[in-house]
Formats: sequence, C-alpha cells, structure tokens
Amino acid sequence: MATPIDLHEVAERELEDQARYPWRIKACGSTACQSAGAGASISTLESEVVAVGLSDSVRVMSTGCMGLCSRGPLVRVLRRGGEETMYQSVDRDVAVDIVGAVAGRGEVADANRIDRHIPFFTRQHRVVLANAGIIDPDRLASAVAHGAYSALEKAITTMTPDQVVEAIKASGLRGRGGAGYPVGAKWSLLAGASSDQKYVIANGDEGDPGAYMDRTVMEDDPHRVIEGLAIAAYATGATRGYIYVRAEYPKAVERLDRAIRAARRSRLLGRKVLGSDFDFEVQVRIGAGAFVCGEETALIASIEGRRGNPRLRPPYPTESGLFGMPSMINNVETLANIPAIVSKGANWFSSIGTDRSTGTKVFALAGDLTNTGLIEVPMGISLREIVEDMGGGVPDGKVFKAAQTGGPSGGCIPTQFMDTSVDYESLRELGSIMGSGGLIVMDEDTSMPEVARFFMEFCMDESCGKCVPCRAGTVQLHGLLDRICSGEGRPGDLGLLEELCTVVRETSLCGLGQSAPNPVVSTLHYFRDEYESLLQEAAHA
Amino acid sequence: MAEALHPSGDDRFAVLDKHLKRTHHAQDQLIETLHVAQEVFGYLSDDILMYVARALLLPPSMVLGVATFYHLFNFEAQGEHACSVCTGTACFVKGADAIVAAVRDGYAVAPGATSEDGFLTLRTARCLGSCGLAPVVVIDGNVAGHQDARSTLELIRAQARIPEEVN
Ligand SMILES: Cc1cc2nc3c(=O)[nH]c(=O)nc-3n(C[C@H](O)[C@H](O)[C@H](O)COP(=O)(O)O)c2cc1C
Ligand code: SF4
Ligand code: FES
Repeated sequence: MATPIDLHEVAERELEDQARYPWRIKACGSTACQSAGAGASISTLESEVVAVGLSDSVRVMSTGCMGLCSRGPLVRVLRRGGEETMYQSVDRDVAVDIVGAVAGRGEVADANRIDRHIPFFTRQHRVVLANAGIIDPDRLASAVAHGAYSALEKAITTMTPDQVVEAIKASGLRGRGGAGYPVGAKWSLLAGASSDQKYVIANGDEGDPGAYMDRTVMEDDPHRVIEGLAIAAYATGATRGYIYVRAEYPKAVERLDRAIRAARRSRLLGRKVLGSDFDFEVQVRIGAGAFVCGEETALIASIEGRRGNPRLRPPYPTESGLFGMPSMINNVETLANIPAIVSKGANWFSSIGTDRSTGTKVFALAGDLTNTGLIEVPMGISLREIVEDMGGGVPDGKVFKAAQTGGPSGGCIPTQFMDTSVDYESLRELGSIMGSGGLIVMDEDTSMPEVARFFMEFCMDESCGKCVPCRAGTVQLHGLLDRICSGEGRPGDLGLLEELCTVVRETSLCGLGQSAPNPVVSTLHYFRDEYESLLQEAAHA
Repeated sequence: MAEALHPSGDDRFAVLDKHLKRTHHAQDQLIETLHVAQEVFGYLSDDILMYVARALLLPPSMVLGVATFYHLFNFEAQGEHACSVCTGTACFVKGADAIVAAVRDGYAVAPGATSEDGFLTLRTARCLGSCGLAPVVVIDGNVAGHQDARSTLELIRAQARIPEEVN
C-alpha cells in the first residue's frame, strides 16, 4: 500500500515550482470560453512563448471558469510578486500581443483589458469557487497547493465524527440543491442510522435548464467535491460514496474520474485514508438525460441501474436508500462548502450571509444582461446589486422586466421587488425559490405567458409518468398555455389554469409535479395583464 | 444484424465486452453499459439490447424499459451529421426557437429525428453550460455561441462542406 500523501510537502513543492517562473499565463479552458475559441488562443499562447524564447520564464496553463463568460476567451497574466492583469476576447492576435507584452515588446489594446475593480468581481465572495480559474483541475498537486484535502486531514486527525456534524450544524449551511434543508440535521440522521453499510451521494444532476454552477465546480475543482463527500462520509459513518453526474457533462465525469484515481493513489481515498482507520471508496455514476433523476429517490433508482421513477417518502433515504441501506444525498455545491467550513470554522461561515441563510450562493447569470457568467455572492445581497451592478443592467437601452430563479420549479421576480434580499425566505415570500442557482434576466420584449409555456413544456417532457396529476396535468396545462399564447384563448381560461395548477401542485407524488405550476402561478400573479390582453386579442379576432 | 450474436465477428463487441468485464457484469451498471453500447454502435438496436440483457442476466423487458426511460438513448441509426440546438432557458430567451424552426424547415427534419436521406439529425439540448453565449448550437460536437437561424444553417453547410448555392 502506498504511503499517504504529505499534504504540506506536496503543497510546498508545488508552490516552489510555480515560483520558478516569473510569469504565469492562465487561460480559461472551460466550455463557454472554448466555444468562443479558447482552444486556438491557448495553443497560440503556448507557441508564442516558445517562439520568443521565454519557455523558462513563462508558464502557460489552462484553468477552469473565470466567471465573465460573455467576454471570453479570458486570460489572466500573473507576475511573480503580485501584479495581475486580465484580458477579454483573446483571439489569436490578442494572444500574440499578450506574449509580446510579457516579453516587454508592445502592449495589449485597452479594449481587451478587463478592469478587475468592476462590481462583477469586487462584489463576489468566493468560497465554493475559490479555486475555479486558479488551479489546474487535472493536477492533484495544484489543488493541494491551494488547500485541497487539508480540511479532510483536519477532520480525521483532530475531530470526532460528532464534532464534524456539530460544526456543520453550527454553520447554518442549508442545501444548495433547491429546497434549503439544513445540512447538519440531515447528516445527524445518517450518523444516527445503525447499519454496516451506509452511502453518501453527491447530486450532480443539475437539471435546471439554464444553469451550470455544479458543472463548473465539478470540472474546475473536482477535488473540492470529493473532499466534501469524504468529510460527509467520515462524519456519518459511511464507507462508500457516489457522485451522480448528468451524461451531458462528459468533461466533469472525466475530471472527477481522474481526480478520484489521483486521490486514491495518494491515500486520500480508499482503505485507511491518510493512514487512519477511515475507509472510503468513491465512484462516479452517469445519468442519461432525465430531469426527474435529480430528485433523490429517482436518483437512487438510477444509480441502481433502474428507471428513474421517484417513490413516496417516507421512508427517507437516510432510513432506506441506495440498495436499501441508509443513504444521504447532498447537492454538489452544498458539499463544496464543507471543506471551507471545517477549515475556517462554523463562525467564519455563519458570519457570511444572513441569519437564516448563511454563506454564499453561486448563480449562473444569463439572459438579457450586459455581463453574463458565473458569480458567487454572499446571501442577502439584493437582486438589484446582482442585476444592475454586477450584471451591468439590461443592454441596448431596454427595460428590465423580471428575473427568473429556480428554473422550472421557480418563479419570476418583477422590477418592484428589485431590492429584495436574496435568501431562502425572501424569495419564497415572492413566490419564487432560491433554486439551484439559475438566474435569468428578461427584458421588456419577453412575453411572460410564453415563458410559462416554455417551462410547462419542459415539465411535460420530463414528467416520469408515474402519477396521473403530473402526467396528465402538465399536458393539460401546456395545452391551455399554448392555446392562450397562440391567440386562441377562451374566456375563463385563466380560471381553468389556476384550478389546474392547484390540483397538480397538491396531488402530485414528487417535487417535479408539485412545483411544475410555479412558473405559471408566478407569472399569472405579477403579469396577469399580459395573459388578459392575449385573451382580449383572441376575443376580437 | 446476425453478427450481433457472434461477438467474435465484430470488433465493436470487444469494446463492449471489455466494459462488461471491467464492471464485473454488475446489473446496477446497466445504464453505463448502455452508454458504452451506444457509443460503439451509434444507437441501440434490438439485437444490442438483447445482447446487454443476456450479458447482465436481466430480463429484456427491463433493459428496454430502462433504455426507453432515458432521453439520451437512440434506437435508430443517426444521421451523418448532427445539429443540437440548446433550448435551455437562457437560449430560449435569446431566440433558440427560431433556430430550431429554421433547421427543421431547411432539412425537413423534426427535432429528435433524422432527415430521410440520413444527412442530418436534429436534436434539442437542455443547457450546454454556455448560457453566457446564448443561443448556443453544437454541430458535430463543435460548440458555437451567439448563433441565429442563418448562421446555424451556414455552419451546417460548412461542416458538411456543401457549397452555398447547392442548398
Ligand atoms: C424534479 C426534481 C429535480 C431535482 N433536481 C436536482 C438537481 O438537479 N440537483 C440537486 O442537487 N438537487 C435536485 N433536486 C433536489 C434533490 O431531491 C435533493 O433535495 C437535493 O439533492 C438534496 O441536496 P441538498 O440538501 O444538499 O440541497 C431535485 C428535486 C426534484 C423534485
Ligand atoms: S410528480 Fe411527475 S415526475 Fe413526480 S412521480 Fe409523479 S409523474 Fe413522476
Ligand atoms: S441555456 Fe443554452 S447554454 Fe445554457
């Protein structure tokens, strides 16, 4: 058996190695920048460094997401001793200029420089994304140099499992998968279950069709997810873990697999983790394109190789879950918060955010916004700060109409509530939910009934068909919305819509059906006039 | 497809068999096994489904039931080229519908289907994780952002190396 890794030594060696290069060029190699042409600019950076004879003093590396996706490809240049510059829209020519500037010949055009003092960056508080865009996700040493696995080591060597559970409870961390269930309470349930075999599962299904927070964490900092899961296992007495990733994220699967192998080789996973008595094995499992598999009981069925039909709870997975054994499912972002809580303490964590919503939340900002991309903000920030300050407002002189959170299970927040604090309770009061982190801004040109129809079509397609209210109800609701949107609505349709929403919400078996009416109810509440004018037009046609 | 019953006659079965062996023919690996089978054969024919059922000692009805539950499995041969249009929320807000309609009409192919001449498969996808570049399309694996109906049709032509005037 290999000797366990000496984390301090590895970190030190890696940092020394990095310090050998006076310059480091970090290029974002994530999906968004790739589709903007990052592949070509990265190879140009590499060949230029060789061409100008700077291979010994400049190191080019590819990292994960730097956040400001709408301005990609993004590149950061770091000079030993501090100074850092960030560049946007880096095509081949700009890449040549960047290397030229490093070599002391010429400059990069101002239009390609990004001011790091804009609110998009300064208002962020990075905990989950602390290493995204900074480390090389394919190298364990690079992650370790930035603190990876030091929390696991601390937990195993200095804390009892109970103390870990207590720390998570005290932090106030709530589930980031959507519902906001207190994480420590769930961990206690699994810790209290007596069984020879228990499982911990990371939910990386990320079903919200307009969001990519979990994907970014899995791709850009896979060790953080693995470490969080390992700490969860240590705290609850589980010895096996699964990371369930949607099949649409092949890169996340590849990175996680590689990270697991590297961690196992260094005895951070496997038998006798870090030389202790704690054993923990992890496996990645791949979905196959079914939104409902993000629901925990469906996810369990899918890991077992079955159809992903949800089942009634209780029994909850912590009593009877995977293969009939006590199991616990946590969202990827939830788990990615764990190492920082263990390292820096519950008090540090709960000092971020609000009383009842502690810590940060990662959002995927998209839609009609100047700056779109990925941000991590403290809970309690106002929607206005996110949309206007960080997002740079609605472009092209258009007017903001609504922000949508929670995807197909969520709702809209109209302009009069822009100053609402972004936390679990406040969003719920407005008829939306925190959701997993999709935040889509819509301008005045967006038709809200069409938005409702869009989400209902999604739910209709994704209904697993197990229970009638959801299977038939989503079809009915979609039919009604379609009729209204195509200008063929009839008087009384809105009443019918509301009635159906209530039935589907109250009688569906799982969260998919129960929350499918939310986008309709929310748009009807705030934008009823749009529905009414469609009906009026139909009446006059 | 008679060779499906004779693993030795088709190299592709060797890949599938290797996966089966690596996962110890575990029944809970059914979904992974179907992924591998689809990757090597392009789609899941009845013969392949039967082969998987036998290899995992599962009733064929269960294998079919699982395969049809998940959207990513195909049961028909795929086109020479594939165009996936993201219809996630961000791309929807930015007009993905018009792109789907243009490709549908341009190639007489319904979303999820393959054109009759086997040239193009049109798919819709749920968020490709590039929402900042919405609307996003993927042509034969290449992701392209900020697309509209015209540029997407152009991309398909470029990918298939069809001169503009032919189409
Ligand atoms: C239809 C449906 C889809 C869901 N999709 C996801 C998902 O993609 N990712 C996720 O983490 N949780 C999802 N959930 C919530 C999970 O069931 C579960 O509550 C969550 O993973 C628990 O983790 P947390 O407590 O850390 O949030 C979904 C729930 C429902 C009803
Ligand atoms: S509510 Fe919908 S998704 Fe959930 S079990 Fe019923 S049919 Fe399936
Ligand atoms: S919604 Fe299309 S890439 Fe996210």
